[in-house]
Amino acid sequence: MNGSGRITAQSRLWSRLVQIAFLAALLLLWFLATNVWGVSRILLPRPANVWDQLLNVLGSGAFIPDLRVTLGELVAAFAISMSLGVSLGYAISRSQYLIRVFEPLLAAIYAIPIILFLPLYVMSFGLGPNSKIALGATISFFPIVLSTIAGFGHVDRTLQTAARSMGASDLQMFRHVLLPAALPVVLAGLRMGFTVALLSVIASETIASFAGLGHRIVDLAENMDTARMFAYIVFVIAIVAFLNAVVSKLEGRARWR
Amino acid sequence: MTSAQPAIRVHGVSHQFGEAGEMRHVQALRDTSLDVARGELQCLIGPSGCGKSTLLSIMGGLIAPTTGAVTVADKPVRGPMPRDLAFVFQESALFPWNTVLENIDLGMTFQGVAKAERRDRAHRALEAVGLLDFAEYFPGQLSGGMRQRAALARALSLQTDILLMDEPFGALDEQTRMVLGEDLSVLLSRSRKTIVFVTHSLGEAVFLADRVAVFSARPGTIKQVITVDEPHPRKPSFMTAPKFHALRDQLYGLLHDEIRKAMSETAQLRRRYDQAGVADGDGERA
Repeated sequence: MNGSGRITAQSRLWSRLVQIAFLAALLLLWFLATNVWGVSRILLPRPANVWDQLLNVLGSGAFIPDLRVTLGELVAAFAISMSLGVSLGYAISRSQYLIRVFEPLLAAIYAIPIILFLPLYVMSFGLGPNSKIALGATISFFPIVLSTIAGFGHVDRTLQTAARSMGASDLQMFRHVLLPAALPVVLAGLRMGFTVALLSVIASETIASFAGLGHRIVDLAENMDTARMFAYIVFVIAIVAFLNAVVSKLEGRARWR
Repeated sequence: MTSAQPAIRVHGVSHQFGEAGEMRHVQALRDTSLDVARGELQCLIGPSGCGKSTLLSIMGGLIAPTTGAVTVADKPVRGPMPRDLAFVFQESALFPWNTVLENIDLGMTFQGVAKAERRDRAHRALEAVGLLDFAEYFPGQLSGGMRQRAALARALSLQTDILLMDEPFGALDEQTRMVLGEDLSVLLSRSRKTIVFVTHSLGEAVFLADRVAVFSARPGTIKQVITVDEPHPRKPSFMTAPKFHALRDQLYGLLHDEIRKAMSETAQLRRRYDQAGVADGDGERA
């Protein structure tokens, strides 16, 4: 195991290097397109301009109100879908009959692009944050409820029988058998739910909204302020990458090997 | 066998899965009676599907029989009896997210052993199966044979008078299986536990058992009980003794027809399901 560990570390270093080289090549291409080949600055601003704008956005604190709106929507949406998804999923997982009925049904609905219903959500909840919260909660509910059903509904029978034969109480069965067995699957669903909640909140902001990072990006595009728009896009990518890293870290910590 | 009161008494037990007339209805056991004496190792052997594992689950209170009764230590069995009997399953039923030591500790926690006592008992159980150095390993890091040793240690730590073992070495290779069998025989000679041991292997049955209960094909019942008169611990040399071969041949003679019967019945059952799947109306005539 240790012998192959060194090889994996080495090959991991190599793939990192290739990844960095790829990103550097993209940047170089961008630079060449704008500074040498003369692509329109309205379509594609120069890297240096975007960098200046990014420093300005960060330095002036102009991003704070929009970030606050978007994160507020995200937290509310995820809190709703997590509590509903996990509790409903657990309830369904307690009965083989309910699993047979609801698992395929929920999986089928999950396959529908729910963002198509955004106009309905805006009509019901308005143009403000509430429609984003409702949509984000709806979309992220499905991966969470489905993974909770999968996690708690398919725990190895032999393990449950063994625990029962040794005298485990219902509470002990939950804490020491069902929960540890289900946790990795449920956490994977929560991570996926978090990601789609974030995506749908930002996406719906770009379509119909008063504020938020998605709103700001579209607003800048409509004013042809592409350099600043790119700066915001870079900022959003950084935020999303950071949040995903935090969630993955949390998931990794709670998971048994 | 000298003790008058048996450790386990099975009286007139029948069991069926599903209701009569249902497609999946199976009569697994029919009017089975059996005594397991204190301190003996009794093997249950029979063709696939004869209900020997079902009988073991009924003895342990994991399944309630359709009719009939089981008593363990003079108490009627109505559910799991963690203080009286412990199970070892074929698949290692160790919790994969716990280390070997944690698994053993958890079993005793379920059983209700005080914390102060658990450490010492876990230590002794690990020592008995030769796994002391692997206490901190996770089941996934162990070989199949070591996992079954760990499962046995967990069962031993519960300090029950009775062990119910459901093909515990069934998934292991022949050589590992022989070594574990020898170790179990040594263990048995020291502890005088009562063990019921379900197996498919004729050699394993003769090598381990004080008595072997031979099942008929489904719906299973006990066809004959054979005594193996050889003290524990049994040496590998027993396996080459003429007595071992005579008993093994006798078992094979008893089982041979039952295995054929079981195979043709399984084929019939399969045909019946297939026909029902194609044309429902013909299901009843078939």
